[in-house]
Amino acid sequence: MDIHEYQAKEILSNFGVGIAQGALAYSPEQAAYRARELGGERWVVKAQVHAGGRGKAGGVKICNSDSEIRAVTEEMFGQKLVTHQTGPEGKGIYRVYVEAAVPIAREIYLGFVLDRGSQRVMIVASGEGGMEIEEISAERPDSIVRATVEPAVGLQEFQCREIAFALGIEPKLIQQMVRTLKGCYRAFRELDATMVEINPLVITSDERILALDAKMTFDNNALFRHPQVAELRDKSQEDPRESRAADGGLSYVGLDGNIGCIVNGAGLAMATMDTIKLAGGEPANFLDIGGGATPERVAKAFRLVMSDKNVQAVLVNIFAGINRCDWVAEGVVKVLRENPVDVPVVVRLAGTNVEEGQKIIAQSGLPLIRATTLNEAAERVVAAWRADTNSNTNLKAV
Amino acid sequence: MSIFLDSDTPVIVQGITGKMARFHTKEMIEYGTNVVGGVVPGKGGETCEGVPVFNTVKEAVEATGAQASLVFVPPPSAADSIMEAADAGIRYCVCITDGIPAQDMIRVKRYMYRYPKERRMVLTGPNCAGTISPGKAMLGIMPGHIYLQGNVGIIGRSGTLGYEAAAQLKERGLGVSTSVGIGGDPINGSSFRDVLEEFENDPDTHIICMIGEIGGPQEAEAADYIRDHVTKPVVAYIAGLTAPKGRTMGHAGAIISAFGESASEKVEILTAAGVTIAENPAVIGETIARVMR
Repeated sequence: MDIHEYQAKEILSNFGVGIAQGALAYSPEQAAYRARELGGERWVVKAQVHAGGRGKAGGVKICNSDSEIRAVTEEMFGQKLVTHQTGPEGKGIYRVYVEAAVPIAREIYLGFVLDRGSQRVMIVASGEGGMEIEEISAERPDSIVRATVEPAVGLQEFQCREIAFALGIEPKLIQQMVRTLKGCYRAFRELDATMVEINPLVITSDERILALDAKMTFDNNALFRHPQVAELRDKSQEDPRESRAADGGLSYVGLDGNIGCIVNGAGLAMATMDTIKLAGGEPANFLDIGGGATPERVAKAFRLVMSDKNVQAVLVNIFAGINRCDWVAEGVVKVLRENPVDVPVVVRLAGTNVEEGQKIIAQSGLPLIRATTLNEAAERVVAAWRADTNSNTNLKAV
Repeated sequence: MSIFLDSDTPVIVQGITGKMARFHTKEMIEYGTNVVGGVVPGKGGETCEGVPVFNTVKEAVEATGAQASLVFVPPPSAADSIMEAADAGIRYCVCITDGIPAQDMIRVKRYMYRYPKERRMVLTGPNCAGTISPGKAMLGIMPGHIYLQGNVGIIGRSGTLGYEAAAQLKERGLGVSTSVGIGGDPINGSSFRDVLEEFENDPDTHIICMIGEIGGPQEAEAADYIRDHVTKPVVAYIAGLTAPKGRTMGHAGAIISAFGESASEKVEILTAAGVTIAENPAVIGETIARVMR
């Protein structure tokens, strides 16, 4: 789960990481008021969306007056910010963060990630702050400093000092840097984060070390023990279909194609998408209905897939182990009786209770296309989709 | 022979009294697995599915000589249960649980390394379908009837894709020595490399089928190991050719976040190591049959 910059800063600040003074606003008037409260004569106004690359996309503006803040935020509120991380549809701006501008002497990149190679928390830092880590590793790989944390004892001071010296931080600022690193690690560890990224971490000309931007991602599997983190979820930043799916126990990712997929198991779901592609079609979504799916959950999955207007054919592919083919078949038949669809539907069932499942499909009287193997299923759904779209075009031509 | 699990391996089920655990315990017993007990704190002394229930894994091991354990415990306490098994002297543990916090798994792995190698437990999973040595025993939730006994060793992250491979092999009359699910989580007990080593040393395994997916460095690590140490032929399929970058595809671990983590990059790395690639999931069986001839 992602959170906003201002939320990440508040958390990190509670763990001893320095941040600039700032405040949140929900309207242009409030933004201008916040700036007056903060004082000073320069402010940075930042659109709060769950994506990186906001600066280049126009989501971060420096302002020198009240009226400028109002003008800039009038432009921001209610708009979709499109960055290289949001996709073409962008993310809505409903909150802005107003921060007192600070005099920057140096910018540093600092990231904490779950490293799958060492199976530990890894610190990644570079003196080339302000650039994306991908750019840094492509252009200045030698500038990257890495360290992993021994989980039994946590991050040690000597490791922090090593990182600080490797980044060329002045001796009198080392203690501040140690505090920053330890604070980030404690926040990561205690709140079950999977990523903490501060880019840039700045050294100001008055010798403070501050997180100028902050990003935190949390482990969804651990939210049950951090209700205060779970509360920070902002549904306005999520794809509505994906949120709905997650709330219903389904795992859904929308894609650009037109063949809807309903599958059990994440690996099989990806493999089904690949097979559709190889058969000449384009998958409209990834969807894993999970284990032990009831007819209700299957029906919900069907409605979710059909809510994508681009879907022109559907493939149901179930290899039941912990699932039951008869339940899946019941769900498909039930939802199609209640809400008939005008696109071809191919059903492939295998595994536990496959005979019962096939029987339910066969006796339903619904125009379902059956397949026994994965290949057959993909070929049939692509063929049915082609035939269906061709006949529709012909009808329109007549 | 087979790896990890044989017909006489004494097995306990942690969390045996749960609904799902009961159902699969029954299936395992019917398949011929030597299930000797279960563990549920506070339910010691009861009987479940015909086997005794113990309060602690230690008691279960002392009373039954259990060597393997299946963890069916809900996510908040699954990590604790795995560590309990490791401490009680269990040799092989499969964890089915989906949804264990990643940092709990970091702790589990660190904990297991406290023990010297000769008494260190082997863990596969979590978030996997389990392990089956067809015709002998199964420790997991797979439909046993889709596997024939034979000489193909299967290692996969995805449960259902593993079924797909086994079913395609059965269609061709080919069987499996052992099929091991290593699970879809970012931090897992055993990697492809770890299981490859077991199969390389297993005389009953003649060919290895590896089913990977996008995300993480374990397929690339496996490629290095295969190139330098594996003499048996390896066939691989990597799922997620059509998966977009930066999106989690169901499995917590299935996300392309660095170089070498996309399906096409993994295919390239494995091909360079001499692995035969099944171009799509529908030809896994066919490709293995071709390589075996």
